[in-house]
Amino acid sequence: MQSTDLIAGRLRARWRATEYVFWAAALASFFVLPERHLILTEIAWLGLFALSLDLILGYAGIISLGHAAFFGLGSYVAALLAKHAIIPEPALALLVSGLAAAALGFITSFLVLRGSDLTRLMVTLGIALIMREIANQLPDITGGADGLQGVRIGPILGLFEFDIFGHVGYAYCLTVLFLLFLLARRIVHSPFGLSLRATKANPLRSSSIGIPVNARLVAIYTLAAAYAGVAGALLAQTTAFASLEVFSFERSADLLLMLILGGPGYLYGGLIGAVVFKFVQDWLAALTPQYWQFWIGALLVVIVLVGRERMGNWILAARAFGRRTGRRILCSIIPPALFAAIGGKR
Amino acid sequence: MTIALETIGLRKQFGGISAVNNVSLRIEKGARHALIGPNGAGKTTLINLLTGVLSPSSGSILLQGRDITDVGVHRRVAFGLARTFQINQLFLDLTPIESLGLAIAQRLGVGAQWWRPIGTNAVVVEEAAEILRRFHLSDVMFERTGNLPYGKQRVLEIALAIACRPQVLLLDEPAAGVPEAERHDIVATVAALPAEVTVLLIEHDMDLVFSFAQRITVLVNGELMLDGAPNQVAGDPRVKAVYLGEALNA
Repeated sequence: MQSTDLIAGRLRARWRATEYVFWAAALASFFVLPERHLILTEIAWLGLFALSLDLILGYAGIISLGHAAFFGLGSYVAALLAKHAIIPEPALALLVSGLAAAALGFITSFLVLRGSDLTRLMVTLGIALIMREIANQLPDITGGADGLQGVRIGPILGLFEFDIFGHVGYAYCLTVLFLLFLLARRIVHSPFGLSLRATKANPLRSSSIGIPVNARLVAIYTLAAAYAGVAGALLAQTTAFASLEVFSFERSADLLLMLILGGPGYLYGGLIGAVVFKFVQDWLAALTPQYWQFWIGALLVVIVLVGRERMGNWILAARAFGRRTGRRILCSIIPPALFAAIGGKR
Repeated sequence: MTIALETIGLRKQFGGISAVNNVSLRIEKGARHALIGPNGAGKTTLINLLTGVLSPSSGSILLQGRDITDVGVHRRVAFGLARTFQINQLFLDLTPIESLGLAIAQRLGVGAQWWRPIGTNAVVVEEAAEILRRFHLSDVMFERTGNLPYGKQRVLEIALAIACRPQVLLLDEPAAGVPEAERHDIVATVAALPAEVTVLLIEHDMDLVFSFAQRITVLVNGELMLDGAPNQVAGDPRVKAVYLGEALNA
């Protein structure tokens, strides 16, 4: 029989060593790669955007091809707040942009409650198209097809001015990403987060143990929209620009691709996917400028066809094989008495 | 005697077919009540009406005297109505302790808590551990539910409903598909349910029905045929004719 404390301990979502390594590497990137801060900045907000999609796809099973709707709204709100000096301070503007996207997420969440994956794909896609067209038809506010120019971002907290090398921008994006990741990590391990996973696995049973399924989906969709809005705002603030492209279908599709590359449902998938996607894109674009999308496509097809689980199994099998072989070699080298003495079994 | 669950003139129409037709059922508090009937008699439709998965074409449902006809599935659970499923409906990616913890947290009103991990709530963990012990699932509590043997999954199916601490429990064919060797686990589990819980059992297995039920309702073609004590039902020629004949003589 196991004690309650022991059981509770195993349900407590402790940090694993690999997680420390991941964030240590992220922090190290700031000091080790100062000349690459511009692309790293892009990776940071992309990672946040992918994390946002992971919250609804990986944890609640809501698939979306229109997540750029929230990203774009956050982008425009942040750019407008700065341009008209309504909120010149970026951190506060970031919060407001997130809230604006959350509001849109809340309203549209009711459209994705019902229906199959296909319905959800189409509805989310449609919402992003509508948002893009609204932005296009309001040139007085959004600048229309020319984009919103003349945006000037104030110093963060009144202290740190953005520089052209992106040093401050990267520190800013990485900090926001880390804080929002911490929040997401707490949420997914809470009873609320667990109920999302349960609902994804079996909505029928979920409601049969008293979980209000729709309320849960509305809540997480709204939260994910806020995350996407913040990611969009980070783009606008670090580039001092917003254009119709923020709502584009390609953006939503690339996002889904990134998350699938990294693997949904464990929070790091989106972040890893963003890193891989951006670096592979960067590397392939330098190698074969015209054909980089070919290779990204090929990579995606392989990953989806082979399946992440099977690849994981291969790695495990390879590891076990390595251990067995290693042990056999050891057995043949080390005299039996010595082997027994160090506690090995034959 | 108080009535735990009651239906009044309950009817469910699918197109031109009445799957459940004018069913008025009264189940006493603490009863061990069985609902039997041949395939297609409307038993599962009736369960789905009772739990709110389907809404009735007409008629009403009362839980402890409260009209719950228009109440949603998850709120009926809060009112004290829980069910198991004929085909396992489990959270395959979650562990048994997580699944039970979730049901308990939900019942205690902390199911929407989003800041602290579920393991930090001692009340939830303790109760989950207690249920796991009672259902002999302690040794598999950290296994992925999808990896458990079928018999264990079947027991978890019942444990999950018990974690909702229901006043009325609907068991939809708990012994379905359970191999002979593991059958007594299920029978023992069902027999050991707390006495104050009202149980409505839907079952094909006549041994289980007659060993368990104090009262039996027979449903045929969506209509109530008979409602009575087990020996009364077993002796009824109409019941023998439509349903029990082969099962009892076998």
